[in-house]
Amino acid sequence: MLTYFLCLILFCVGLYAVLRKRNIIKMIIGIVICEYAINLFLILFGYRMNGRSPLYSPNQEITSMVDPLPQALAMTAIVISLATTALLVGIALRIYEKYGTFDITKINKLKG
Amino acid sequence: MQFIPLLIILPLGAAFFISLAGKNKDTVCDIFSTVITFSLFALSLFFIFTAKTYPGTLVYKVGGGGLPGGIVLVLDGLSIFMLTIINFIAFIINIFSINYMNRFSAKYKFYTLFMLMVGGMNGVVITGDIFNLFVFYEVASIASYALVAFGTEKEELEASLKYTIIGVVGSLCILLAIAFLYAYTSSLNMADISLSLAQNNLNSVVIFISVLFIAGFGIKSAIVPFHAWLPDAHPAAPAPISAMLSGIFIKSLGIYTLCRIFYNVFGMSSGLSHLFMFLGALSIIAGGLLALGQSDIKRLLGYSSISQVGYIILGLGIGSPLAITGALFHLFNHSVFKSLLFLNAGAIEYATGTRNLEQLGGLRTKMPVTSASSLTAAMSISGIPPFAGFFSKLLIIAACIKSGYIGYGILAIIGAIFTISYLLKFQKYTFFGQLKEMNKNIREVPIFMKFSMVTLSLICIFGALAIMPKAAGYFLKPAQESLTRTIKYADLTTQVLYEK
Amino acid sequence: MNQNNGMSLIIKTITRLLIGFILLYGIYIVLHGHISPGGGFAGGFIIALSYILFMLAFGKEEILKRVPEGMISFLESLGALMFLAIAVLGFFGGYFFSNWLPKGIPFKLLSAGTIPVSNVALALLEVSLGLFGIFLVLVLLKFTPPKKEK
Repeated sequence: MLTYFLCLILFCVGLYAVLRKRNIIKMIIGIVICEYAINLFLILFGYRMNGRSPLYSPNQEITSMVDPLPQALAMTAIVISLATTALLVGIALRIYEKYGTFDITKINKLKG
Repeated sequence: MQFIPLLIILPLGAAFFISLAGKNKDTVCDIFSTVITFSLFALSLFFIFTAKTYPGTLVYKVGGGGLPGGIVLVLDGLSIFMLTIINFIAFIINIFSINYMNRFSAKYKFYTLFMLMVGGMNGVVITGDIFNLFVFYEVASIASYALVAFGTEKEELEASLKYTIIGVVGSLCILLAIAFLYAYTSSLNMADISLSLAQNNLNSVVIFISVLFIAGFGIKSAIVPFHAWLPDAHPAAPAPISAMLSGIFIKSLGIYTLCRIFYNVFGMSSGLSHLFMFLGALSIIAGGLLALGQSDIKRLLGYSSISQVGYIILGLGIGSPLAITGALFHLFNHSVFKSLLFLNAGAIEYATGTRNLEQLGGLRTKMPVTSASSLTAAMSISGIPPFAGFFSKLLIIAACIKSGYIGYGILAIIGAIFTISYLLKFQKYTFFGQLKEMNKNIREVPIFMKFSMVTLSLICIFGALAIMPKAAGYFLKPAQESLTRTIKYADLTTQVLYEK
Repeated sequence: MNQNNGMSLIIKTITRLLIGFILLYGIYIVLHGHISPGGGFAGGFIIALSYILFMLAFGKEEILKRVPEGMISFLESLGALMFLAIAVLGFFGGYFFSNWLPKGIPFKLLSAGTIPVSNVALALLEVSLGLFGIFLVLVLLKFTPPKKEK
């Protein structure tokens, strides 16, 4: 019970970084922490009591396994978050090239 | 029946193929992508007529896998309705961007990302499995984040950064909600989830999941507390992408998913209805007020999008069949005329090079086609009688008053007054008035842009025919029925799955 | 090898010894994707890491002499198209994406239908070159220093 609660606290830590930090790179790191927290939460929910890893072996007696479906979901979510992080880092590099700073309070040409 | 996966295979295959072989051949890319979008549109028309002879819902099992653990593609009335709108507008915008994107150098990259976005949107609308919905949602979102930053100037990068970060936070909320939903019901198929949720009552886990879904999908559909990315992303994107974003993207990824999750999977309770109505009315008034003071054409049209989406959410919140028909018809109308208005803004920018209202004026004599189609769109969006927009707004306001919510009806009428006033401002400052000195030598836009604008304005004029009883039986009535039968969606799907 | 490109001599020697092992480990994870954990994405990451290690140790001119940039983008799209083609060929088995090759004896290397073929197409051509392409583009950005404007 406590482990699930800690996952949500990790999500809130990442969300705090996105909301309150002024550097773009720190916001990107906050988003990545949020994604780690959600993947961890997904995998923790697949646990069954006295289960072993969900693989068949040729010569062994298997009584119960943990749930393999959240592991596939977490794998897909990791790949999607990789693509998003790559795009964000590319945009951040180009912004540094044009504006000269990573500070979001100084990148405010669009108003109104 | 076997043609259903073609709706996803064709755009994805075209995207990979164009990125492979399209490096310096612009005309080949143009022709190829136009052929692909036209065939997608023809396929969706084919599905309208096929689904009438079938029991009304087409179900396809990907890989032959059945109900536990397999992915199914479900085409019921609402999906076919959204598919037709998405593919038609994508085809028209593809024709427009043949001429418009000549000023950017890497046209094949544009077509790759465009095809990925269309493929992602088609996938979101077809699928019947909630994690598959998330995967296609992310594919379309990432393509749109890259497309908004396509020009890589200063303002475009800043707008894209804002849009990306807000959009990614929304996706994270959705993923967390899907994780909780899987943990609560241990199934990923939408029909199966609705069967499990119908047996338990409304307890705090379901309320938490609903709030996370409203936050996540509300960010993508630009309802008022979550609208902050829209007025920056729209002026910065190139004109066909602004038309695509405001015309079909926020509807297929935001409003369709809200409908599907809250009507068919969770079941609409009275608290949710009141929340939708409140958010819708707030969007109407806030979008309308903020649009009055803008001097950039596309920013004004962006705030107008927020206002019109408020009408759709208000109609969906009321919940009676009349209101749902009005909301869906307003969704169709808004895709058509908002895309047309954004394409006009793109044509003005192509001809004169500026988007500022104070530097334009009197363009009616030099650009007759653009000005006529823009006047048609403006009259339709304001709700002037023979055009299509009048009927959809009338249905929503009539359903408001019929269900007894007089206050919301009055707010909707005030929103209509705001709509007329900012559109009058747009028309007067660009097309009527005196021609300025620097705009003396402009010419009309090239032929493909003219063709797209004329086609969309014809649909604006004759779109009211879609609500006549015989035509509505094909197009609007199946969509409305698939929402009003709320949780019985699961019965229809599992019956088809178990009998095969 | 030019002494001025890339990193110091110690790193270059160790990299020359290690790259073969990292590549072999990645290929092992890809090929055994249906028997043990791993599969396309995880193996593809590891193969991409070996390319990135080569580029970090020896400098970007060395790797651009062997594999030009246009070829990386071409092969990556080709890998994605091959994966889609394998899925479309599933129409022969009745449904899109179905598993239509003969499934042999379990736990052998050539069993489980189309899964090893799609693992190889994904990992070898798409994921590894995709990650390496992202890294290359971020490194090759022509960085004009920003003018400080007040």
